[in-house]
Amino acid sequence: MARELWKGNEALAEAAIRAGVEAFFGYPITPQTELLEYMARRMPELGRAFLQAESEIAAINMVYGAACAGARAMTSSSSPGISLMQEGLSYIAGSETPCVVVDIMRGGPGLGNIQPGQADYFQLTRSAGHGDFHPLVLAPATVQEAVDLTYISFDLAFQYRTIVIIAGDGALGQMMEPVEMPPMREISQERPDWALTGVDDRPPRTITSLYLDADELERTNLRLQEKLQRVAANEQRWESYMTDDAEFLVVAFGTVARIARSAVRTARAAGIRVGLFRPISLWPYPAAALDQIVSRVQGVLVAEMNAGQMLEDVRMIVRGRVPIRFLGRMGGVIPMPDEIAAEISHIARVNHRSNGSNGKSPLSERSTVL
Amino acid sequence: MTMLLEAEAPTTTAPDWELVYQRPQTLVDAPTHYCPGCSHGAIHRMVAETIDELGIRGCTICVAPVGCAVFAYKYFALDSCEAAHGRAPAMATGLKRVLPDRIIFTYQGDGDLASIGGNEILHAALRGEQISVIFVNNAVYGMTGGQMAPTTLTGMRTTSSPYGRDPLTQGRPIHITEMLATIPGVAYAVRRSMHSVAEMRKVKKALRLAFQAQMRGLGLSIVEILGACPTNWHLTPTESLDFIRDRMLPEYPLGDFKVDERLRD
Amino acid sequence: METSIIISGFGGQGALFAGQLLAYAAMDSGKEVTWIPSYGPEMRGGTAHCTVVIGDEQIGAPLVRNPDCVIAMNLPSVDKYESLIKAGGRLVYDSTLIKRALRRDDIAATSVPAHDIALRCGSQQLVNIAMLGALIALCPLVELSAIEQALRTHLPQRHAELLRPNILALHAGAAYAEERKVASSQG
Repeated sequence: MARELWKGNEALAEAAIRAGVEAFFGYPITPQTELLEYMARRMPELGRAFLQAESEIAAINMVYGAACAGARAMTSSSSPGISLMQEGLSYIAGSETPCVVVDIMRGGPGLGNIQPGQADYFQLTRSAGHGDFHPLVLAPATVQEAVDLTYISFDLAFQYRTIVIIAGDGALGQMMEPVEMPPMREISQERPDWALTGVDDRPPRTITSLYLDADELERTNLRLQEKLQRVAANEQRWESYMTDDAEFLVVAFGTVARIARSAVRTARAAGIRVGLFRPISLWPYPAAALDQIVSRVQGVLVAEMNAGQMLEDVRMIVRGRVPIRFLGRMGGVIPMPDEIAAEISHIARVNHRSNGSNGKSPLSERSTVL
Repeated sequence: MTMLLEAEAPTTTAPDWELVYQRPQTLVDAPTHYCPGCSHGAIHRMVAETIDELGIRGCTICVAPVGCAVFAYKYFALDSCEAAHGRAPAMATGLKRVLPDRIIFTYQGDGDLASIGGNEILHAALRGEQISVIFVNNAVYGMTGGQMAPTTLTGMRTTSSPYGRDPLTQGRPIHITEMLATIPGVAYAVRRSMHSVAEMRKVKKALRLAFQAQMRGLGLSIVEILGACPTNWHLTPTESLDFIRDRMLPEYPLGDFKVDERLRD
Repeated sequence: METSIIISGFGGQGALFAGQLLAYAAMDSGKEVTWIPSYGPEMRGGTAHCTVVIGDEQIGAPLVRNPDCVIAMNLPSVDKYESLIKAGGRLVYDSTLIKRALRRDDIAATSVPAHDIALRCGSQQLVNIAMLGALIALCPLVELSAIEQALRTHLPQRHAELLRPNILALHAGAAYAEERKVASSQG
């Protein structure tokens, strides 16, 4: 199939359509609005449900309703809108209804700005709503990957009866790249055996997240946790680039990871043996894979468009074995390849100096906020 | 009662009595958690009877609220879901958009619908969402213990308006159904009351029309029902009925604020 | 090897569309490419720009601090990007709107009377295409024919009558730059 040039937001929408999304509910917010607009055009053409909701709160609850009917339902938004959706996400998690949510992250906190950001990392992976749950969070770095992950997101959501969040940022949403679109899937008319469809002749079904009895709610939570452990065991995704002989490692996700890739190439050209580890699933974090690579390197650079959120996951995996340096840009400022390359040179230089000395590394963590 | 009937069946002569009252099929045979004198139980029963009479049990889905009726899904023998506080109309919208041939209704209290869910009901009405809304107004937050609601009467004491609702700082009661009646997407908007048997009969008729409006695709239908909350009003069940008649009716006049012409056939 | 190009001008001058044409042409020539616009309030009447990165393998950063090439269609664009262009990089600017002398002597700068060329081809809306033609003549990122093909495929239907003038402007811009190249190599 021929490659076509697609804008990230529109490519995400088309991928969801080809994956068989039956209902889209959304609310305009930059920098994801093109996704909503694309759905507004395409969904009615295909006889599927599209609705611009009165708020993100309503949008996520419409998704919840459609998901209760066993339909493939989704919404998309950007950081402030995701905050409004957290209530609904918690109910959806508690009642184990599957859905797909796209977050095209922007600078925060508050109204922040509309430039790219990654500061929703904690929100998406740790606190997507009240209560004990994690959505499955996938962070594409290219438009093609955004398409590929969206295409499988509904299968994952239904397989585990879980929320799948596609976490991009303003750069991914707004940029155009060549894409090979997957084929259009038929929408299955079959509904899962938990879906609300009207009782007909069978016993009534209920979808709820309310369990007043403490023991019953604990049992429900234990079952939820057991399921999340299965997700954690089966759904870790990552990419490693030039890590086989690497002495140093950059860890970055999404847009920063692709920028880091350029920096790794530059540093390699300068003779530094550096590689890139890119988590694709942010929850579950690909801990075992990173752990293995970390055991072979002498220093790690974490680069993010936030104040150091994924950094905490990396710390837990590195467990003090090698020094970690952190490069964080915020407010919609995107780190440039030369900036990351300079940090790589720095850790290589410091490491070189410290070799053969008292063994105590002078490399220490720091937060670069320019 | 059903068991008795089956036992009678093999006898050759027809029973010389007529069955005039039984549990509706749509109502689960379970004791409810409602307080003595609360209107929810009777309203549930009338909703269930209406669904039975219209023959739509197999295709009807209930969206339960947060509030006293939070367990509505345990009492209706229907497919049901439990919405977040105030979001039932949005959830019902999601269900209806993917199941356009099913009957979807929300069952909401006044805190749920008129306060936290004001935006959701307003915009569901604006879109002319094909759903039916059963709105029980008892002028207080019942489940959390009798706090002030947007529907609380002027001067009325509640646990969060201990000096009486002061219009200068707490506003005056909201008339949701009158407001919704001004919206073109609404097909049916009426207010009824539970304070007497005669009025309850009118509730039942209104419920029927509300479901019929949806079945005929005429738009959103809402039946506001003035109900009693003896526990939080600190009155006996019979005093509560008087309270509705004497105190609530002057603020919330009963009537039809909007009835689509096609429902008058 | 990646080459980065920033195209910048007033909103409405077609900077984003020119960038898209370049991206389509690069993709159709079998290259990897990214295109990313400025977006949001800036789009409404201010200066609009886009960044195109063309390469042989997966593009790393879609945004660059120091571009290899810049097309500047107004003075604010020259003010913003002249200092940022990589040493040895290239600036193509519209001499009709930009009168000030350049400050850099370590970049190749070419002035193109794109406004005049556009008017000669039928519309002042063609400035972006004339500038793109000039850039391609000076810096063979893709074949001119690939841009022409992209125009045929992607010019919006509502502008169908502008296809011929667009192609004319593309070649006129290229021809002008070609002449300047020859002139400067002889001079």
